[in-house]
Amino acid sequence: MIRRKPSASPSSLSRLDRLTGALRNALVFLAVCFPWALEAEPAQGLAPDTMRARVAACTHCHGADGRAGPDGFYPRIAGKPAGYLLAQLISFRDGGRSYEPMRHLLEGLPDDYLKEIARYFADRRLPYSEPALTMLPPAMRETGQMLARTGDAARGLPACAACHGSSFSGMEPDIPGLLGLPRDYLSAQLGSWRTGLRQAVKPDCMAEVAGLLTPEEIAAVSAWLASRPVGEPYAAAPAGSFSLPIECGSISTSAHGQP
Amino acid sequence: MMRLFFSNMLRRVLTLLAVVAGGAHAGAAAAPAHPPQDTASIEARIETGRYLSLAANCAGCHTVPEAERFAGGTPMPTRFGTLYGPNITPSRDHGIGKWTADDFWNALHNGKSPDGTPLYPAFPYPQYTRMTRADSDALYAYLMSQPASDTPSRPHELRFPYNQRWLLTLWRAMYFGPGVMEADPGRDELWNRGRYLVEGPGHCAACHTPRNQWAANDPRKNLQGAGMMDTPWYATSLTGNAEGLANWSADDIAELLRTGGSRQGTAAGPMAAIVSGSTQYLTDTDRNAVAAYLKSLPAGPARRPVPAPSEAAMMVGGRLYEQHCVLCHQAEGEGSPPAWPPLAGNTSVLAASANNVVQMILKGGYAPVTADNPRPHGMPPFHALSDSDIASLATFIRNSWGNAAGAVSAHHVTSLR
Repeated sequence: MIRRKPSASPSSLSRLDRLTGALRNALVFLAVCFPWALEAEPAQGLAPDTMRARVAACTHCHGADGRAGPDGFYPRIAGKPAGYLLAQLISFRDGGRSYEPMRHLLEGLPDDYLKEIARYFADRRLPYSEPALTMLPPAMRETGQMLARTGDAARGLPACAACHGSSFSGMEPDIPGLLGLPRDYLSAQLGSWRTGLRQAVKPDCMAEVAGLLTPEEIAAVSAWLASRPVGEPYAAAPAGSFSLPIECGSISTSAHGQP
Repeated sequence: MMRLFFSNMLRRVLTLLAVVAGGAHAGAAAAPAHPPQDTASIEARIETGRYLSLAANCAGCHTVPEAERFAGGTPMPTRFGTLYGPNITPSRDHGIGKWTADDFWNALHNGKSPDGTPLYPAFPYPQYTRMTRADSDALYAYLMSQPASDTPSRPHELRFPYNQRWLLTLWRAMYFGPGVMEADPGRDELWNRGRYLVEGPGHCAACHTPRNQWAANDPRKNLQGAGMMDTPWYATSLTGNAEGLANWSADDIAELLRTGGSRQGTAAGPMAAIVSGSTQYLTDTDRNAVAAYLKSLPAGPARRPVPAPSEAAMMVGGRLYEQHCVLCHQAEGEGSPPAWPPLAGNTSVLAASANNVVQMILKGGYAPVTADNPRPHGMPPFHALSDSDIASLATFIRNSWGNAAGAVSAHHVTSLR
């Protein structure tokens, strides 16, 4: 968290400068609330018994501090809401999400420890890099933007923004942000929900949403989200900031507007 | 090849005849059932039984994680088909609620159902037979005190001819004889307790002793290390040879059984489940007893020297080690135990089979969760490396810092993916 390497890109450097003050405040806040998150570590090497050492099994694929793997397959986990991350860890361990390396890795780990791991990555606030994908064919951009921002009421299809927030940054503690993720990862998740490979607690709202999307629409909305620059500060909205249009088993019930 | 096959068959048939001819004694000797001992109070007996259920890791095969305890359904895939641990709760319709203490003893000691049907030896009665009648009664009392589950036992899914239970009569005639383990008066109490736990309820031999093609343990190679039948894991030697426990002190052994790791190594794969589900719950005395017994085992036969690996593989492997492993396992393979195990002199690294090293590189994994290590460190999976890179890396690890365990082929890695 402290030893962040500045990105080489000039545009993100200036963004970093602007952020320095905010970051300092955030660090002080974190140091007060989560002193263990700022364990002193040697400049080189990995000191045992730190959380950073304990999650070395994660960061090999998900990148340093969970900033995402280099190949567009392993998503960023840094800064995702803790409740969402915990739900994913439990789901991988118990079979709701099917990815054998994750299942094997998490086998036998108790919920308490997974919660600590989720919290650790939720607290990594790292800058986002510029999207790799910016140019989309106009038709694709239009479809993607429509699905993301307004949905399709005629089909009962809510917009991404309806649950993930108007800036797509999610809501604490269970709804993840959608920006800063690779297109392939996004489309793979929507596809997995559509086919039942990825499952969440019933009622599985994302399975319902993905079931209404055509493969072309999945491609369009994934590409559109992946092409959006991430406006800093990019953080999940506080819990209860808005009410959800559909029933989701994975969301704490208090977040639902209607009964 | 054919000739070898027939000579093997002949040997087996002769053994079978010999055992059947002289072997009626086994059944006869076991026949008189002792009445359950009533000396201990019910509560104390149930507590003894609870402890034994942990020492024997009953839940490992009779409980699906997160499901009702002892309700069965746990799959055990084998070359013969898949067996499922049955419901052993006191349910009268679906569990062992109708069994008497004698019936339970008959299962544990003789490997038979109340109706006389022989049990598949996936239930480790070849080891449990060494348990005392008092321990059997305690275990029975404990299981009977547990909540009944009405989950029906899932039928085994075995292929023909292994689904023909009567064939087990032949298997038992050749490979099984009931008998409680008598204490060795020439040894102290600790050693005798350790031997009882290891050879009886702990059923260590079920994994650590080689099995023949009919899944029978070879008593001449007791605890000398074995590829675990129908799994990719190798259960390391527990005898006193170099790739066994020669360099482990009794304290190292007891520590691994308690925490999941020691300065010598970390439990992984199936042994991690044994530590978190069973050995962490043993008393210190019992862990010391197990360690004392294991340390007394004579060294199994030394491995024949293996050819040195190619320089190219060592060079590529060394480069990969520098890149991916050195941060945790250190430049001289000394690791940072207990967080990260040493690789120099590690029994899993030196084992006759390279399976464990390759498995760990491919799949990674966390050390077992125990009361003394509730937040274990873990190792990432390196499945993104090519088979040939993993082979070079495994070769480097098995042949550096004094290790000399031979080369690993890319084909071997492919077979474990």
